[in-house]
Amino acid sequence: MKLFKLRGGVHPEGRKDLSAEPPIRVLPLPQRLYVPLQQHIGAPARHLVTVGEKVKKGQLLAAGQGAVSAPVHAPTSGRVVAIGDFPGPHPSGLPMPTLTIETDGEDVWDDLQAPADPFALTPAEVAARVAAAGIVGLGGAAFPAAVKLNLSRNSEVHTLIMNGGECEPYLTCDDRLMQERAPQIVEGIRLIAHATGAREILVGIEDNKPEALAAMITASTTAAAAGGAVKVIAVPAMYPMGSEKQMIQVLTGLEVPAGGRAADIGVLVHNVGTAYAVQQALRLGRPLISRIVTVSGGAITAPGNLEVLVGTLAADVVRACGGLRAEAARLVLGGPMMGTQLSSLEVPLVKGSGGVLALTGKEVEASSPGPCIRCSSCVRACPMGLLPLEMAARIRAGDPAGSVDWGLKDCIACGSCSYVCPSHIPLVHWFNHAKGDLAARERLKMKNEATKKLADERSERMARIVREREEAARLRAARKAAADAAKKATAEAAAAAAKQKLEEVTA
Amino acid sequence: MIAALLSLTLLGLALGLGLGYAAIRLKVEGNPLVDELEAMLPGSQCGQCGYPGCKGAAQALADGAAPVTLCPPGGRPLVEALAAKLGVEADLTGMADSGPQVAEVLEDLCIGCTKCYKVCPTDAILGAAKQIHAVFREACTACGKCVDVCPTEATRMVALPATLQTWYWARPEVVI
Amino acid sequence: MTPIAHSPHAHAPTSVSRIMVTVMLALTPATLFGFWLYGWPAINLWVVALSVALVSEAAALKIMGRPLRAGLLDGSGLLTAWLLTLSLPPWAPWWLAAVGALFAIVIGKQIFGGLGQNLFNPAMAARVMLLISFPLEMTAWTVPMPITSGAAPGFFEALGITFAGVAPADGISSATLLGQVKTDLGRGLGLDQVLAGIYDPAAFALGQRAGSLGETSAVLLLIGGLILIARRVITWHIPLAMLAGVALPALLAHLIAPGHYPGLAYHMLSGGLMLGAFFIATDPVSSPNSVSGQLVFGFACGVLTWIIRTWGGYPEGVAFAVLLLNAATPVIDRYFKPRIYGRDRKGVALIPAKESTK
Repeated sequence: MKLFKLRGGVHPEGRKDLSAEPPIRVLPLPQRLYVPLQQHIGAPARHLVTVGEKVKKGQLLAAGQGAVSAPVHAPTSGRVVAIGDFPGPHPSGLPMPTLTIETDGEDVWDDLQAPADPFALTPAEVAARVAAAGIVGLGGAAFPAAVKLNLSRNSEVHTLIMNGGECEPYLTCDDRLMQERAPQIVEGIRLIAHATGAREILVGIEDNKPEALAAMITASTTAAAAGGAVKVIAVPAMYPMGSEKQMIQVLTGLEVPAGGRAADIGVLVHNVGTAYAVQQALRLGRPLISRIVTVSGGAITAPGNLEVLVGTLAADVVRACGGLRAEAARLVLGGPMMGTQLSSLEVPLVKGSGGVLALTGKEVEASSPGPCIRCSSCVRACPMGLLPLEMAARIRAGDPAGSVDWGLKDCIACGSCSYVCPSHIPLVHWFNHAKGDLAARERLKMKNEATKKLADERSERMARIVREREEAARLRAARKAAADAAKKATAEAAAAAAKQKLEEVTA
Repeated sequence: MIAALLSLTLLGLALGLGLGYAAIRLKVEGNPLVDELEAMLPGSQCGQCGYPGCKGAAQALADGAAPVTLCPPGGRPLVEALAAKLGVEADLTGMADSGPQVAEVLEDLCIGCTKCYKVCPTDAILGAAKQIHAVFREACTACGKCVDVCPTEATRMVALPATLQTWYWARPEVVI
Repeated sequence: MTPIAHSPHAHAPTSVSRIMVTVMLALTPATLFGFWLYGWPAINLWVVALSVALVSEAAALKIMGRPLRAGLLDGSGLLTAWLLTLSLPPWAPWWLAAVGALFAIVIGKQIFGGLGQNLFNPAMAARVMLLISFPLEMTAWTVPMPITSGAAPGFFEALGITFAGVAPADGISSATLLGQVKTDLGRGLGLDQVLAGIYDPAAFALGQRAGSLGETSAVLLLIGGLILIARRVITWHIPLAMLAGVALPALLAHLIAPGHYPGLAYHMLSGGLMLGAFFIATDPVSSPNSVSGQLVFGFACGVLTWIIRTWGGYPEGVAFAVLLLNAATPVIDRYFKPRIYGRDRKGVALIPAKESTK
């Protein structure tokens, strides 16, 4: 099959060999799990359990609310011991609403309901089950999978692309998953295709994962006999190949329109890990309560991949890999290119956490930024065709709106520009700062408009009250005057009558 | 020589007439700038700028009597917008950028006197007589009027706390 | 709590100083050849220029209150002075190099705001300033006199030439090929008459000719340039476009009137074209950002060089051409932007083409 060219891109040192060899291990049950209510893009889930309540593995803990949301399930059996704020895996370090569960060690499943034949379900039913299982995109963005399925069904998606790119250095969780559980993934892929009506199914896997490629090809050939044609394609290993827009470009030559979605051009992209979760949900009725996490980096004693329950602390995972053998210059959740630095390991892993890295100073190569020499390395590295140096210069000069004209909104924050910059300028940091700044301004503008309306309403009300008071006063005055007049009239009349009487008497 | 004098004189005359005519023909009634500026201001009539309401502030801005940094509730974005509108350089040095602020009522000091409730220009304070008041953050413009009237110093201005929805990356440090 | 660092948490093994050092290494073959060809005075000149650059840069940074260490260690000032030296007459007096280096660093670079802020290539700005201000000294060429040959001045004699202005012995001053040809063509001589006896392409390619200190060996400069491309310090776009910009009009003109316009090899091998194409025009600070912009920039540099050589008042046009195009760089950057993914060339979002069947 003809492949198309990826624009820009970089070749960071892979370092995947650190964790790629050992098979996936299941992490022993930790004593406590900290399950955040928001593990996805969209509205946080609303909890349905109370403190002290006993829960079973897979039981619904919190329901999604709103159009874009996902429910959260109990990762194991135990007791809810706290509902409240706990530091979350977020760069702000702000606490998140979290359910704390004390595990009972029995790991008893709730009653699971799996359909007899998932392929007999209608596409809408498949999507509903995916939604109920709390499945989100496991490639990192954690977008609710069912929302994407429904969107694709409504916009007539013809091509389903399964993303096995895994271009982030160090991470091998998708690689191991494809090597060890290819048949399940392929069945998941076919279920997703069934749910969307996509006719063409492409699986893009970077060519630096030959074992995963071989396993997936074998599994899809077996599946092809059963009727679903899944094409597994080796794509060149390059960062950011695993980005949705770039994977689409390389496999189909199409580009997602700016400001649009992949569905606009008839394409749906899902991560291979998501396909596995879909298969588990539809075949076994299991909600998404665990995922494969790569634990790696120069400071980890025994790097590898673990199957980890959602809500497990990063510290437990690192301990299971022999702990730190050197001082970690940086702890990272996710991959080194787009992951989040952790200030401590006492943070729960969530559905979108693909890796826990403990990097040494040599691996991070941190350096203080210098002046831009306009070498345009960033321009050549940008997979979106942007001019990062021009954008950053405008933001730095206090003109974030100006950088939008140069494509700030098109930036996918992949970090390729920052990675290659010889002056070590934190370009993506500037861009994310500007994006946040612009959003904050927008919020402030909306708030100002709202408060202005409130102020106008209030001054109108005040004016009305004053007017009504005046009106009332005038009315009162008029009434009084009328009464006075009447009184006067009666008095006068009485006087007149008296006078007349007097006159009559005197007469 | 004569020709040059004549042509220049004529040219000057013609242009002068043209300008004079334009001045009459294209005369602008009133000053639309004041209305436009007023529309940009928060409209809470808080009076922190020292002018009588937002209208007065807009007038002062249009006259060039007030700096573009006059409005504390508008914050930095307003300063930039005003500076762009008036075509002046925004001098942010005089402006302490404390970030977005919001009023807060200390519950153990509040006596429920409703003074703040009555003075709030945007109805951002909820409560009734003899009840502890609360601030509706979405509507508070941090004008500070409630702080001025509170008899027990139970209201104060605090920095708007960041939430997961509003947090964003701080400006990177610039070395050079 | 220490502030959280933004991703990425890895970095390519590159830095500004590494880039500068790579460029210096790429310049080394041509420079060493220049030293060998023109002897001790050339070495003196190089030392003077680099020292003055270091001192003036330190002074400028100090005045501006900028960190000294970072500003000096990035190597950009040294590289500027180095490039300037290569474009000077090899036996020029010391003050020419000193004034040039001072101008390049202070006026050419630091006045604009330091590294990355200058509109013009500092080395070329200094060269042109010297050429206009001191035309005599800037065109006092020397015939090659390899340091190993008996005729070459010794170390102390060289000190006299560079620092005391001791005039070199008669008979060794010479004109460059470009200068000679320009003068002779101006006198109405035919090209074949002019070139006879003074032009030998093979010797020229190697650098056996009168000329600037480091511009004579086209082959060594080409090797240096290829090293830079291989090390990904520069891309091929500007050099190739610039060479093409000279080659195309040269070929055409030579085809039309071979008696008047010298051919391809003559233009490629003479003057400062190779140095200009690979080391000067590719200066990141003063060249465009996008690939298309770089191609336009390079080609225009080349064409302008050829035009100045052919019809201009000066025999060589590389420095002027590069400076003029430096001034045009912001405009080029404005009009030649890469197409953004998901948008058309004008920046409008693509309209999804509805594919019914696939």
